[in-house]
Amino acid sequence: MFQSFDPKMIVNTKFLFFTGKGGVGKTSTACATAVTLADKGKKVLVVSTDPASNLQDVLEVGLTNTPMAIQNVPNLYACNLDPEEAARAYRERIIGPYRGKLPDAVVATMEEQLSGACTVEIAAFDEFTNLLADPAVIDAYEYIIFDTAPTGHTLRLLQLPTAWSGYLEENTHGASCLGPLSGLSEKKQVYSSTMDALSDSTKTTLILVARPDESSLLEASRASKELKEIGISNQALIINGLLQSYLPEDKISSSFYKRQRNAIKQMPNDLKQVVTYSLPFVSYSLTGIKNLRYLFKQFTMPATETKNEGKRITLPGLNKVVEDFSVNNTRVIFTMGKGGVGKTTMASAIAVGLVEKGHKVHLTTTDPAAHLESVFQNSVLNEQLTISRINPTEEVETYKTEVLSKVSSELDEEALAYIEEDLNSPCTEEIAVFRAFAEVVARSEDEIVVIDTAPTGHTLLLLDAAQSYHKELARSSGEIPESVKTLLPRLRNPKETSVVIVTLAEATPVLEASRLQDDLKRAGILPKWWIINQSLYATETKDPILKGRAQAEGSWIHKVTTELAEKCVIVPLMSEENKGYDQLKTYIHATHYLSKL
Amino acid sequence: MSKVEIFDPALCCATGVCGPSVDPELTRVATAIFLLEKKGYDIKRYNLGFEPAVFVENQEVNQILHEKGPDSLPVTLVEGKIAKIGAYPTNDELAEWFGVQAEELAEKTKPRLTIDLKPSK
Repeated sequence: MFQSFDPKMIVNTKFLFFTGKGGVGKTSTACATAVTLADKGKKVLVVSTDPASNLQDVLEVGLTNTPMAIQNVPNLYACNLDPEEAARAYRERIIGPYRGKLPDAVVATMEEQLSGACTVEIAAFDEFTNLLADPAVIDAYEYIIFDTAPTGHTLRLLQLPTAWSGYLEENTHGASCLGPLSGLSEKKQVYSSTMDALSDSTKTTLILVARPDESSLLEASRASKELKEIGISNQALIINGLLQSYLPEDKISSSFYKRQRNAIKQMPNDLKQVVTYSLPFVSYSLTGIKNLRYLFKQFTMPATETKNEGKRITLPGLNKVVEDFSVNNTRVIFTMGKGGVGKTTMASAIAVGLVEKGHKVHLTTTDPAAHLESVFQNSVLNEQLTISRINPTEEVETYKTEVLSKVSSELDEEALAYIEEDLNSPCTEEIAVFRAFAEVVARSEDEIVVIDTAPTGHTLLLLDAAQSYHKELARSSGEIPESVKTLLPRLRNPKETSVVIVTLAEATPVLEASRLQDDLKRAGILPKWWIINQSLYATETKDPILKGRAQAEGSWIHKVTTELAEKCVIVPLMSEENKGYDQLKTYIHATHYLSKL
Repeated sequence: MSKVEIFDPALCCATGVCGPSVDPELTRVATAIFLLEKKGYDIKRYNLGFEPAVFVENQEVNQILHEKGPDSLPVTLVEGKIAKIGAYPTNDELAEWFGVQAEELAEKTKPRLTIDLKPSK
């Protein structure tokens, strides 16, 4: 149906960007491409720009932001542009020279100011453009492959050169709200040459990675359109994880197969214009160099059979989580985890479960790629349940209007224009989203608030922001909304707030979730529940490939239950995609029949 | 003609609109300075977050920071001499230093008629 993806035939530009929704296999396909090219004798650098990078999990090696040679693969180099690390380095560059020259307390206030989410975003972007514009790096490699963050983030990263150049051009009062980018004007040249390289189809190919499912293809179509708009038009699409065949008598296998084929049939029209390749669904984990080399050989089974080790693990279902929250009257519930693990569906199912227990619930998402409306299929909502969405673009508009309305009665047009200019800084988005987040958490006084968060990196930035703003507010003389004041204490109180980590029983989602849990613990938040979602292990499939995958899940389920989770439940892969209020209930009781196994 | 320099604490931006809350005091000062600059007066503003070098090089400011710590900011110098510590100059003070009318630093030049139909919260 589609040509198989083979880097040797397709790759013909120096820069390759792999992007797509979380969990579609960006990192694996990017690394497999890199390994294949390196094996052909090409010198290749693979770079991750994802704040929650999986590059080290897939290559099975620790990485820094400096390119390093990968063992066992001559010609292959990798680095990880960690935004937090970039921000730290940036802070140190600015502040370092003044240690000892200015009093410590003064230096501390500088550090605090440069700790916000805005600095993190800008520092990461700065490092990204430096890499792209550095001839010493560019000339050293034949191919540079970027494994980028989930789509929302990538778009932002790639749009930033345009956003900042525009802002710099329109900005008339110099180094105002350039925030930590005060030296930016000097770098305008670098940013515009970055943009030129990206939009030059002889230099850059954008590879959209998608799963053969509806939401993933929709997201790919959205990314394709938006990136075309900013001039990145040399695009290709990889449909990853396509089942080649199915067992007609096996319900899981046949419905899985049919769902994939249907999704492809209904693929958005504009995506059909993009050259499309496919990669097969494989039963082995796409981590480690050996397995990566298998992928493009179209092997679907591992070289050696994994043995079914030990006893079968049985776990309770989602109903346990709902009961716990209902009985303990938890007010704020977060679902977190790597992209593509089904956070939105789990958050929705928990919300429905709590409504069924008689609670009033508000369900919201901060994930730009999530579609609550589509999960509920516009089914008539129970009057105890409301849904909303924190949309950055809308929040920025609301925030601007609010600020301007406060000052407009006192200022003339010119002075207003001056304030407005600062408000147009890309920094404002962080503030606006943060305020909306604080407001939604404040609703928990009257109802239970279930928050489906964006993939991990973003979530952490939000929580970090809660901490750094909290400190900053302590010395601010401005008007502070009540919701912002109460935010951090509320999030830290385990009686009020609970975090649910959602994962799949696979390498990268588990490793990422475990790092997330460590970060949360450092922020004083201890996740209470883990949900192992879409588990084939918890089904009775006989399909050889799916069964192979189910067996591979065993060791990850073991790791989660014994090493990571305080309490854990499992939700099987469903033979139907359950959308709509009533259908969502099936997730809550899906595991019941399992105990009969 | 007077020369005025204002040394800000570490700020995200001069108007304060990209901080966690909007500080009306910052908005006022930013506007007043903007208007003075536009009229050609010699007024400068330094942000500790972006231009720390100035805070080290200026003897007066450096000494205050060492003696009184970060809470002494903002510091205002008029003709290189300390004029105000720990708070921004008022519009009256600015007007006096530059010999202008305080009204010119805040009030609208074009009065607008506004009809507010919604009760304010």
